[in-house]
Amino acid sequence: MPIYVILVTSLKPLDEVSLATMWTLPSAIDFSSYSEAFTKLAPNFMNSIYLVVPATLLSALLGAMNGYVLSKWKFKGANTIFTIILFGMFIPYQSILIPLIQFLRTIDLYNTIPGLVLVHVVYGLPITTLMFRNFYASIPDSMIESAKIDGASFLGIFRHIIIPLSITGFVVVAIWQFTNIWNEFLFAVTITTSDQQPVMVALQNLSGSQIVQWNVQMAGALLAALPTLLVYIFAGKYFVRGLLAGSVKG
Amino acid sequence: MENQAQRNPKRRISKDHWTAIAFLIPSFILILVFVYGFIGWTGYVSLSNYNSLVPDFSFAGLKNYIYLFNDFRFQADLRNTVFFTILFIGLVIVLGMGLAILIDQKLKGESIFRNIFLFPMALSFIVTGVVWQWLLNPSTGFNQFLSVFGIQPKWYTDTTILAGFEWGSIEFGLPVAIIAVVIAAVWQMTGFSLAMYLAGLRGIPEELREAARMDGASEFQVYLKVVLPMLMPITMSVVIIMAHISLKIFDLIYAMTGSGANFVTDVPGVYMFETTFRGNYYANGAAIAIIMLLLVAIFIVPYLWSSRKGDK
Repeated sequence: MPIYVILVTSLKPLDEVSLATMWTLPSAIDFSSYSEAFTKLAPNFMNSIYLVVPATLLSALLGAMNGYVLSKWKFKGANTIFTIILFGMFIPYQSILIPLIQFLRTIDLYNTIPGLVLVHVVYGLPITTLMFRNFYASIPDSMIESAKIDGASFLGIFRHIIIPLSITGFVVVAIWQFTNIWNEFLFAVTITTSDQQPVMVALQNLSGSQIVQWNVQMAGALLAALPTLLVYIFAGKYFVRGLLAGSVKG
Repeated sequence: MENQAQRNPKRRISKDHWTAIAFLIPSFILILVFVYGFIGWTGYVSLSNYNSLVPDFSFAGLKNYIYLFNDFRFQADLRNTVFFTILFIGLVIVLGMGLAILIDQKLKGESIFRNIFLFPMALSFIVTGVVWQWLLNPSTGFNQFLSVFGIQPKWYTDTTILAGFEWGSIEFGLPVAIIAVVIAAVWQMTGFSLAMYLAGLRGIPEELREAARMDGASEFQVYLKVVLPMLMPITMSVVIIMAHISLKIFDLIYAMTGSGANFVTDVPGVYMFETTFRGNYYANGAAIAIIMLLLVAIFIVPYLWSSRKGDK
């Protein structure tokens, strides 16, 4: 139902968007709200792309390595280290935000997209580590053992056995991270200002402006949500797997 | 090389183990600094006089905490959090489980239903907030249908506190406006518990249900006595995950209603953000953040502890 309203409203010209006609279909389909929303959001949309792509790839890669170590090269204290890392997934980010911003200012990454990438990679570590650790738990240890006996090294096993087996894992984790980082708001709104802001902050600003143009707002909401919606429509199966993988304890 | 490895596998493995640990160390250090170090720093700020743009780290003791607990807005936040959390978790569990059981009846079009209910999960809380602000707008939205029945809820603009009594400087009771926010949050998150319960239901062997039926249990009894207890671990996980989401909630409320008149829809996340980054009350903001962290930790630490034990 909300989706219906978004679609209908976003296709109307402003004078038709009144309180009384909210639920009715537009008399003519009008894309002007899309073009207006697009002009306003396009730069921020690109910011989000520049943010999400490297952040997703890096955090997936680091998560894969950590997950590999923590599931196949267990050492004394490995579980404790895992729990220490995992806790980072649950903290309210407000509790690290003030030092984080001071830190980013010191290293000159405040109000930059690379700064946000760094933040998302670091705070994405717990979830990606968890997901890969659970994923690798399903790869039989005997495979690793026999490779070891054949003389394969830590890295050799990773490259030749683990990576080829973890394509699905990478897809699931990447989709999960993509969606989360795209939708994230708190870091985005506190770490960046105007030009550097990702699309969700721009959308929020759009709705906060003086005259509420509902049609533009709904078109904006749809545009901002489009990438994650496309991912959901075309890779929903993996999205759901990520959902479950991230919640079931390791 | 290979011969050597075969002759002395022990040494080889231990060397690889060191490589493995070396691979883990950078991430581990990042987490130590960015999570634990920064929490410590925030804790330190929360005990200081840093309540303006100029950093002032002089020791203030618990001054900021005492201020908060006497603060009208923060008291309202705690009340709102309590009611939001209870309603939100309760509805997500009941709806998620109910829908999962319905979908599990092997109806036609099962996957379509599942996809529709899961769909909001892919949306951002900001998008949800923007849309529901419009849907529950008292003069538009659903009220146009409800006016047929002669009811016109004021949704998130309602300042009534139900069943209230004096508590500190606020009225403690259910703020009606919170219900609007709960509806939006439930709309978004029910898909999650639905997916969890569906996975759980699939894991219950059909023989168990069959056996109960053989013993003469009605279909309702089968669910109550056999299925429900087996879903308990899932319910626990859902409660933990929803609790930590609801205690941290910020973006949905910020986008949908803001703090509202008399702070009826304010939550600690919004207060922290505004006081720190709009008002430059860093020490107060840090104190709010630490309280939020403690609230989340009450749920999460026992959960992590038990799952760690289960590992061994």
